[in-house]
Parts: sequence; C-alpha cells; structure tokens
Amino acid sequence: MFNCQINVRVQAEDFAVESTYQQLLQQSPDCGALCFFVGKVRQFQPDDSGQSQQQTSALLLEHYPGMTEGVLQQLAEQAAKRWPLQHIHLIHRTGLLGPNEQIVLVAVSSPHRADSFAATEFLMDQLKSQAPFWKKQQNQQQSQWLESKDSDLAAARRWYKPEQLPLLLKQKATDARP
Amino acid sequence: MLKVVFFASLREELATRELELSLNGPLTVAELKQQLALTSPVWLRQLGQRQILQAVNQQLVGLDHALQQGDEVAFFPMVTGG
Repeated sequence: MFNCQINVRVQAEDFAVESTYQQLLQQSPDCGALCFFVGKVRQFQPDDSGQSQQQTSALLLEHYPGMTEGVLQQLAEQAAKRWPLQHIHLIHRTGLLGPNEQIVLVAVSSPHRADSFAATEFLMDQLKSQAPFWKKQQNQQQSQWLESKDSDLAAARRWYKPEQLPLLLKQKATDARP
Repeated sequence: MLKVVFFASLREELATRELELSLNGPLTVAELKQQLALTSPVWLRQLGQRQILQAVNQQLVGLDHALQQGDEVAFFPMVTGG
C-alpha cells in the first residue's frame, strides 16, 4: 500500500489541468493509471420545470473557509484508505465563475485503472453532498440559490453501508421551506 | 462567548453573516436554534421551518450537541458544490 500524497486547494483562481497532469506523470512512476475529472459551468441550465433552457450568465460559489478544506482533506483520506492510490489532487474554485469556466478538478493516480476510476467517482460524489459549497445561479433577469438534489445524495450514499452513513448524508435534499 | 455564522441563502434571508452571543449555562445546538428563532417571524421561518445543517468548530454535528465557551457555530442550507 502506498503512502498517498494528498493535495487540497480551494481558490478563486482558475487551475491548469496540464500542470497537475505533468506533476502526477512525473511523481507516479509505479502507477499505470492517472484519472482526471473536471467539473465546469454549463452554458445553459434547465429551468425548474425541466422544459426550457436558461442561459447562465454566471455562477457564484460561496463556501465556509476552513471547514471546506477540512472536509475535502477528510474525503481524500477516506479515498486513500479505500483504494491503493499514490496521489490525490483536489482543487475547487470559489467566487464568480462565467459560462464554461472550470469549477473543480479531481486527479488521482494508482497502479491499476479500476482504483483510480472508483476513487475519482467517490470523491466527486462525496464532494457534491458533503463539502460546504453553495451555488447561486445568475442570469440576466434574476439570481437564485440552487437546491440540492436527491439524486446527488443517493449517489453519495451508495458508497457507504447504512450503519456507516455520514451525518450529512442522512438528510433529505428537499427543503421544507414554505 | 459563542460565535454564530450563517451562509448562502440563510445568510441572505436573515441579513446576518455573524453574531456574538454570551453563553450562560448549558446549551445544545437545538436550544440555541430555538432561541434564535424567537428573533422575528423571518428567523422563525428560516431556522424553524427549513431544513438546515449545523456545524460546531467546523465539524458537522447533530442538534443534541452541547456547546462550550468559545465555540463557533455555523448554520447553513444543504450544500451544492462540485
């Protein structure tokens, strides 16, 4: 088993996938697999009815400084316990992001591809439901906070046995706000 | 003293980013939430009728968590990052 190197960053600036890629390529000589996932801002968002598409002029990402980094670090440590990984890089941006801008990078190296694929998916599933980030969608007419989705919570829950479910994943996504 | 912070839609609806309160005797997160909800109808609606999460010293906790002097308590909506 490797002593996994974890690198977590929360930043306003954009990130260059290529520089993280070169780093992982050079630093993972014993790994046969490098897996990268980038999440970005969609140009169009479906409206609440799911019928029409609305142009997004920007996405505002708020977070809880300090707790965010702590949660991302804990999630990376969980991934490193579950799979033999050599490196985990997590970068998440905050602040105002325009259409098509990058939001999040998960990059992982491991000896074999199955572990990198699984760890990358695990990290994205958990990050979406457990890290304290909130998105506010803005278009020409209005701005609104996005609601969490039951499908995202279900994706995060499937990695845990029921008795080991983290506190946050026991909630319902649906907000009971009148 | 307790520091209480709010995030995202909750911060906007309450028009409050941060509060300092004195802690006099034993208090759980649930009791703090009930006290804050008495502030106004808006606070009652936001803290009493919405699904919100709570963290103490940046760790997610349940409502029965007992507060200590100097704690930082955070209330926020369900998260939507990634």
